[in-house]
Amino acid sequence: MAAVSGLVRRPFRQVTVRDAINQGMDEELERDEKVFLLGEEVAQYDGAYKVSRGLWKKYGDKRIIDTPISEMGFAGIAVGAAMAGLRPICEFMTFNFSMQAIDQVINSAAKTYYMSGGLQSVPIVFRGPNGASAGVAAQHSQCFAAWYGHCPGLKVVSPWNSEDAKGLIKSAIRDNNPVVMLENELMYGVPFEFPPEAQSKDFLVPIGKAKIERQGTHITVVSHSRPVGHCLEAAAVLSKEGVECEVINMRTIRPMDMETIEASVMKTNHLVTVEGGWPQFGVGAEICARIMEGISKKPVLEYSQAQIKRLKLAFALSQLSLPSPRSCIQFPGCSCCSCHWC
Amino acid sequence: MCLAWDLPVLRAWRRQQEQQFSSLDDKPQFPGASAEFIDKLEFIQPNVISGIPIYRVMDRQGQIVNPSEDPHLPKEKVLKFYKSMTLLNTMDRILYESQRQGRISFYMTNYGEEGTHVGSAAALDNTDLVFGQYREAGVLMYRDYPLELFMAQCYGNINDLGKGRQMPVHYGCKERHFVTISSTLATQIPQAVGAAYAAKRANANRVVICYFGEGAASEGDAHAGFNFAATLECPIIFFCRNNGYAISTPTSEQYRGDGIAARGPGYGILSIRVDGNDVFAVYNATKEARRRAVAENQPFLIEAMTYRCPPAPSPEPHTDLGPLPLCRIGHHSTSDDSSAYRSVDEVNYWDKQDHPISRLRHYLLSRGWWDEEQEKAWRKQSRKKVMEAFEQAERKPKPNPNLLFSDVYQEMPSRLRKQQESLARHLQTYGEHYPLEHFDK
Repeated sequence: MAAVSGLVRRPFRQVTVRDAINQGMDEELERDEKVFLLGEEVAQYDGAYKVSRGLWKKYGDKRIIDTPISEMGFAGIAVGAAMAGLRPICEFMTFNFSMQAIDQVINSAAKTYYMSGGLQSVPIVFRGPNGASAGVAAQHSQCFAAWYGHCPGLKVVSPWNSEDAKGLIKSAIRDNNPVVMLENELMYGVPFEFPPEAQSKDFLVPIGKAKIERQGTHITVVSHSRPVGHCLEAAAVLSKEGVECEVINMRTIRPMDMETIEASVMKTNHLVTVEGGWPQFGVGAEICARIMEGISKKPVLEYSQAQIKRLKLAFALSQLSLPSPRSCIQFPGCSCCSCHWC
Repeated sequence: MCLAWDLPVLRAWRRQQEQQFSSLDDKPQFPGASAEFIDKLEFIQPNVISGIPIYRVMDRQGQIVNPSEDPHLPKEKVLKFYKSMTLLNTMDRILYESQRQGRISFYMTNYGEEGTHVGSAAALDNTDLVFGQYREAGVLMYRDYPLELFMAQCYGNINDLGKGRQMPVHYGCKERHFVTISSTLATQIPQAVGAAYAAKRANANRVVICYFGEGAASEGDAHAGFNFAATLECPIIFFCRNNGYAISTPTSEQYRGDGIAARGPGYGILSIRVDGNDVFAVYNATKEARRRAVAENQPFLIEAMTYRCPPAPSPEPHTDLGPLPLCRIGHHSTSDDSSAYRSVDEVNYWDKQDHPISRLRHYLLSRGWWDEEQEKAWRKQSRKKVMEAFEQAERKPKPNPNLLFSDVYQEMPSRLRKQQESLARHLQTYGEHYPLEHFDK
């Protein structure tokens, strides 16, 4: 009997990133009545990108709140509510609009616990789509990973697939620190296989831990959010050329999991970072700086010689997903990739 | 024994004390407010049941209500109003459909709000500076912005003055003094004030008009803009299009006060509420506001009440242009479906009873300035103009990829120049993998 029950497993399901975030929020709303969601159009409209679909119907006006149009206003209100003991989820229609509210996020949410001597905590989650979408022009396309990742006091997460999305939103909501979750609009509709453990109401993805999506021995490719998918596609193509990439999905921007990246670079001796943000002062720049400072016995520049040679073989193919090396090219209507060569 | 305070010298001293303090008893002396004292505890009630009245010139049938308010505009001008509004409406229908068909990426219609654009634009000088939000294409239409350029921007083709860098409807035209539309809400409000301040300093005899919706007025930038306009005494007209909704958020959730007009006096701004579907009311209010804003260097606030509507109702369901679309609702944008939050009854009322185009048409008909023949001919002609411009725009190539790198700064930095050269080399070798035939050579 025991042997038979061991064989009975819950099957994998296809779940979109949107539904994964929705599920995560739904479960946490149910679990803890202090949790609530506020933002523009989140209630009856189901969210500008339908991420909060069905939640207002289920939980009503007290838990799912439509606000007037003022990011600064509702972010401030959310911070205040968190200070008073609630656990708000503050949705920005896109993180581009969070710039209106950034003072509340940084000066109030991020710094308050420290500045109050540990007296005043701010258990808040700021979430929304980040980075490029399809042809929405400069003011709707910026990636804020580097901006928010710069600030102590904040945790910053960036899911790629459904499992990441559900696990990270739940961890973020349960975390007593202010957490910024950077989603991606183009990923919302993408379905992924949802492993059985992800279907549990207590499924959490730990903040601060990267995941190796694909094992490899020749080159380490580090990325976060939507570009992780591009990296895996490129890795599949390069594999046919005999180049085995190890693809790391960062999952968390701050605190960054350098251990996983370092261990991989020690193995492969080659590193590429791929991201949707601009190169200067970016996530990739920070990773390269730390690798330079950190573990390697040889100076990093030596590695880069070997690596550039390799990828010239796959140059024509790399254009499919990885941009041309040594340059940062922005194509309107597609996600921008900047590539840092270390 | 006599008590000390009865002594005359002490009585005189007390009288002197009373005289010294008497001036403070009479009037308040606070720097922060100029007001009388009151000794009854009373909270001021915000007046939302009977709010600021709505100025109108025409009734819903296009008849002048109070003859002394009739602007007595000449026939050509009123016909221009009508043709601008209807041409805009026609262009909206075509471009909305083209987005649904995947030909352009995005669109926002102006249905129902054409009166606010045209009435206000007509009351300004052509050189008055316009800061819009995104639903003011009628201002450009009135200023004779060609269809070709509207389409070029929506298609992002080589004729686009914006070089294809913006989402559709983000028009900009230096020649017509229309500042390029920016997606972020209400940022144009303090910017417009700054521009008005510059105009004042230059003694330019110029007004700045700043358009925004009632939803955008919730943004902090609106508060700053209003306050600065008043304290810096700027020649600016704040023009709020209150169309009842911000995407799906109705005004009952956007604010609890008496709309936007009631906020003006709080900042020391002369304010008025008008019927935005009455193009003459909009015209009169804007004209007077402009005159005084420039003459007196002070801001004005006009709140135009209107509704985000379906396309203009037509007398017959069919014309020789083919069947007109059935009930189509004015959504926030092509990313929205407002049947989710507005009832059909609500929308039908506005469609049938109150529309700026039909009200003006009634006026024109009653004056004998328009008739059914001309209406038919104009419909045909305007649709043809729009379709021609549309077809042309669709066929034109996109801007050259080397334009990716310009205008980040006034001077192109060497790093960007290197990237530009690198791309050119890349395309020379791998050009066949890219759809270069769609782009300008």
